[in-house]
Amino acid sequence: MASTGQSAIEFRNVAYQPDGSREILHELNLAVAAGETLILLGRSGSGKTTSLKLINNLVVPSRGEIMVEGRSTRSWDIIQLRRRIGYVIQEVGLFPHFTVERNITLIPRLEHWPADRIQARLKELLALVGLDPELASRHPRELSGGQRQRVGVARALAADPPILLMDEPFGALDPITRADLQSEFAALEKRLRKTVVFVTHDVREALLLGDRIALMEGGRLVALATTAEFLRSTDPLISAYVRSAGGSLHNTALGGER
Amino acid sequence: MSVWHFMVQNRAEVFELTLEHLWLVGISMLFAILIGIPLGILITRWPVLDKPVLGSANIIQTIPSLALFGFLLPAPWFGERADRMAILALTLYALLPLIRNTYVGIRGVDAAVVEAARGMGMTDRQLLFQVELPLALGVIIAGVRVASVISVGLATIAAAIGAGGLGEFIFRGLAMVSDAVILTGAIPAALLALLADFLLGLVEKRLQRV
Repeated sequence: MASTGQSAIEFRNVAYQPDGSREILHELNLAVAAGETLILLGRSGSGKTTSLKLINNLVVPSRGEIMVEGRSTRSWDIIQLRRRIGYVIQEVGLFPHFTVERNITLIPRLEHWPADRIQARLKELLALVGLDPELASRHPRELSGGQRQRVGVARALAADPPILLMDEPFGALDPITRADLQSEFAALEKRLRKTVVFVTHDVREALLLGDRIALMEGGRLVALATTAEFLRSTDPLISAYVRSAGGSLHNTALGGER
Repeated sequence: MSVWHFMVQNRAEVFELTLEHLWLVGISMLFAILIGIPLGILITRWPVLDKPVLGSANIIQTIPSLALFGFLLPAPWFGERADRMAILALTLYALLPLIRNTYVGIRGVDAAVVEAARGMGMTDRQLLFQVELPLALGVIIAGVRVASVISVGLATIAAAIGAGGLGEFIFRGLAMVSDAVILTGAIPAALLALLADFLLGLVEKRLQRV
């Protein structure tokens, strides 16, 4: 479990209120340590996705500030900031007019890497996410949902960003594919040691993939605990979540802590 | 006299007026594309402008063509020469389908794709040229196609103000009460419209396969 070193990401008194609407995120204070996987857990409307998008400045805070690698997102060059942060979303958002290869190598190309380095990185990434190299010349529409999200993860990792943001990346997949990708991603996390912020509403997924879990409710952070503490917690909010996941939960969690 | 007979007899003039017709349509389409597509892009960037711009283009579209030529007569520079006026009028008419299709095409790009592109750190320019425009191109070409077909038809009216084109035969035929002369203008104009529709249809189909 990562606990030492400077925070990779830090929310300082962050609030967000969309124009002409009520505030949907209140006074968020939260630090994510370098190399840890923090889960933002909560139901829809809890503010977890908004919190995630604040990190790569897709959403701009109304109050407070977000520090990424010690610098406020207000003082970062937005493009530079985003290129240091991999971003994976549930709908994947692959470019339908690009092949798998061009989708994955987009950022290296935009960063003008030399061609041989791009090719080497492509091979490496395909192997990393478990994709057949023959798929590189296909278009996204020719892939299955699971393959698409593997491409999405490879694309996010392409320029080896230190931070990875994931917004319910496996939420739209069928249960079997989802379980495959979850366990592969758990292994990937251990290898890559990136700072990951992972949004989900699925407690099992949270316990399997997270080092710590931040529970959000109604735009507030209501609990923050390591996965082990989370399972044992007597906090009524947390235990309500744990109960909701049902009987198989302990098995999953134990499996995740191998 | 039969249409065919008249056409063959006047083939040099038919040819010349067809070229003139194509020139009027070609130049005005070029201007309309150069103005309409950037304007369509602009209103996706500044949504406050979308209603005024689309509304104005809509209003222009509702002005009867003869009346529009009349309005343009006192216009400085344009009013001096018939072909300038005709090109201006045809350009204005072609704007609506171009602006609207560009706008709709870009707005229709999957929101998740745009979010991913932004989140990955694409600049506004990269997003536009590498993602939005390529994905909207099929819809934009469909707009060019509609505008071209409308333009070929409308350009026949340009003869009423002396701008030439195949409308010359049509107005001459009306004055002479001769079907043959009218059709000598109308048939090539219709064929041009069909040809433009067919060729741009091929381009559209190619692009939408992507």
